[in-house]
Amino acid sequence: MKTSLRAALMLTALGAALPAFAADPVKIGMITTLSGPAGYLGADIRDGFALAMKDGTLGGVPVELMVEDDALKPGQGRQIAERFMTNEDVKLFTGIVFSNVAGATVPDIVDNGGFYVSANAAPSNMAGEECHENYFAIAWQNDSLHESGGLVANELGYENAFILAPNYQAGKDALTGFKRTFKGEIAGEIYTRLDQTDFAAEMAQIRAANPAMVYQFHPGGLGIAFMRQYQQAGLLGTIPMVVSEPSLDAVILKAVGDAALGINVGSHWNADFDNEANKTFVAAWEQAYGADRPITTYAEQGYEVGLLYASALEATGGDIADEDAFREALRAADFASPRGNFSFGPNQHPVEDWFALEVVAGPDGTPMLQTKSKVVENYGDFYSEDCQM
Amino acid sequence: MTLLLEQLLNGLQFGVMLFLLAAGLTLIFGIMGVINLAHGSLYMVGAYAGTWVAAQTGSFWLGIPAALGAAALTGVAIEALVVRRLYARDHLDQVLATFAILLMANQLVTLIFGRQPLYTAMPEALSGSVELLPGLFYPPYRLAIIAVGLLVALGLWALINRTRIGMLVRAGSTNREMVRALGVDIRLLYTVVFGLGALLAGLAGFISGPVMAVQVGMGEQILLSTFVVVVIGGVGSIRGAFVASLALGVIDTCLRAYLPGLLRQVMAGPEADALGIGISSMGIYLLMAIVLLVKPKGLFAGNG
Repeated sequence: MKTSLRAALMLTALGAALPAFAADPVKIGMITTLSGPAGYLGADIRDGFALAMKDGTLGGVPVELMVEDDALKPGQGRQIAERFMTNEDVKLFTGIVFSNVAGATVPDIVDNGGFYVSANAAPSNMAGEECHENYFAIAWQNDSLHESGGLVANELGYENAFILAPNYQAGKDALTGFKRTFKGEIAGEIYTRLDQTDFAAEMAQIRAANPAMVYQFHPGGLGIAFMRQYQQAGLLGTIPMVVSEPSLDAVILKAVGDAALGINVGSHWNADFDNEANKTFVAAWEQAYGADRPITTYAEQGYEVGLLYASALEATGGDIADEDAFREALRAADFASPRGNFSFGPNQHPVEDWFALEVVAGPDGTPMLQTKSKVVENYGDFYSEDCQM
Repeated sequence: MTLLLEQLLNGLQFGVMLFLLAAGLTLIFGIMGVINLAHGSLYMVGAYAGTWVAAQTGSFWLGIPAALGAAALTGVAIEALVVRRLYARDHLDQVLATFAILLMANQLVTLIFGRQPLYTAMPEALSGSVELLPGLFYPPYRLAIIAVGLLVALGLWALINRTRIGMLVRAGSTNREMVRALGVDIRLLYTVVFGLGALLAGLAGFISGPVMAVQVGMGEQILLSTFVVVVIGGVGSIRGAFVASLALGVIDTCLRAYLPGLLRQVMAGPEADALGIGISSMGIYLLMAIVLLVKPKGLFAGNG
């Protein structure tokens, strides 16, 4: 009698604990850019992340996803983070697209005991001396993106390059990264304005310099304008172009149209990757958002943040109070990545493969990105040695 | 030499784009005394409407009437529903109300078309590039933009100086009350002027589509430079807007193209670029400050 009563009590206690646990989901704060010309980048990260969730759970643990728009303003990003932390007691963060917003927001989060997994921005300073044990980057370190561009250019055998990027942290990282791996000469170097839409002056300078190739980094709407004006200036047929993925994501490709055919792209992911995890992801995207909506790397990165959080929540059973255990679970990166090889380096930035893609005419004639070859395997980043945790 | 010529053409083309926007803005500001922050939204409405129709019909040319019509109708609607109530109010109320319209327009366009930029096909006849002089290749589409801008300027000049409406507009920008006292339907005049300004903004938005990206917020990027043009040219003066637009277009382009190179002669590469970009972004505002110092009312104030 006594033992059965005790057992019954324990069962009721357990029964009472479970629903309480279920009713109290883990909050995830997503601060991302949803308005303005770059709004689609944040929307893709958000929608990609949502695909990793199953019936409101990640790794079997109920979660509550809270999304706010930073409008590409560093101050606004920081305010949202502070509101999430003080009013909502959010511990897990992600979402920021742009490095200038990340620079203002992320240190605040990790210094206050929160976790931040970057879905895109990974500025050089935060990978080196200012690295932090609670800061993870899922996409890349900004430079590696462009180091892969340099490797693609080497593979194609170009002797010199004219390089352009907007004048902000990620733009500087871009040109630094490209120059680090590119073996040829630099024929010319221009920093453009981040709010620029007319590149006619730059086109004239490229023509005058007559380089073997052009490498440029202009994400979002900037990239569309740049690419089309490059074509209109009659440069596309004469001077080949190599870019990194953000300058020619699937949305830009759709907007640029045939002008993009023949352009070489360095990337860490492409929709045509032949592995199970990627097929699952692409099928889920097409089912949720329709086959017409292009899948960008931003969507893939958002999805992968979801997979990473899911793996860590599953490993710890949804317990984020024990920070050390949760951090270890994140570091393990125990999930099947649509990119294939994926692990975290010592500074918690990715060690992954980079690929050469080319824009070709698809089966129905519309341009699409096709994977050509792997340019480097298990590539980490240049700053990890400066990182002391 | 050809490089300089090409840069001058680029400056001219940027200048006429600014003029198409500034003409409407300066008339609205000069005649009605309204600061219209929603002018950039009309530019966006024209771009989206024209691009959508062009994509649906497959004809760039059908996009033009669509862009003009949509922008003009939107302009008239904004005037009749909102701006008409603001003539007697001070500038703060006008700025608040038109800023609200700008935000709503951005959200509406996002709801209808989504956040992803639209693709605008270029007319077949104007694509590619032509050789103007030996070694000077230039896109014919940009030449067409210059031609359209100059034609519009000529048309506006004739409209303002040679027609009865133009006479009323000139009178309205000099002395509003007197025009009303003479029995002119000033309300109708205001609506017409607002609609005309909107039409020009819509035209500018649509023809910019194939060159730049048609996207939410495209109007705000160019609106700031447009206000600088209006201030330099003198509020209410079409002639001032024309001169200031072309001057700003050429100066901005040349600073951007040549300043970093010149600075590189005296300092290291990255620093020269950073400083060059800094100064060239400030260039048009510096010019505005200088003009305001010498002529506080702008270059051609009050004799539109």
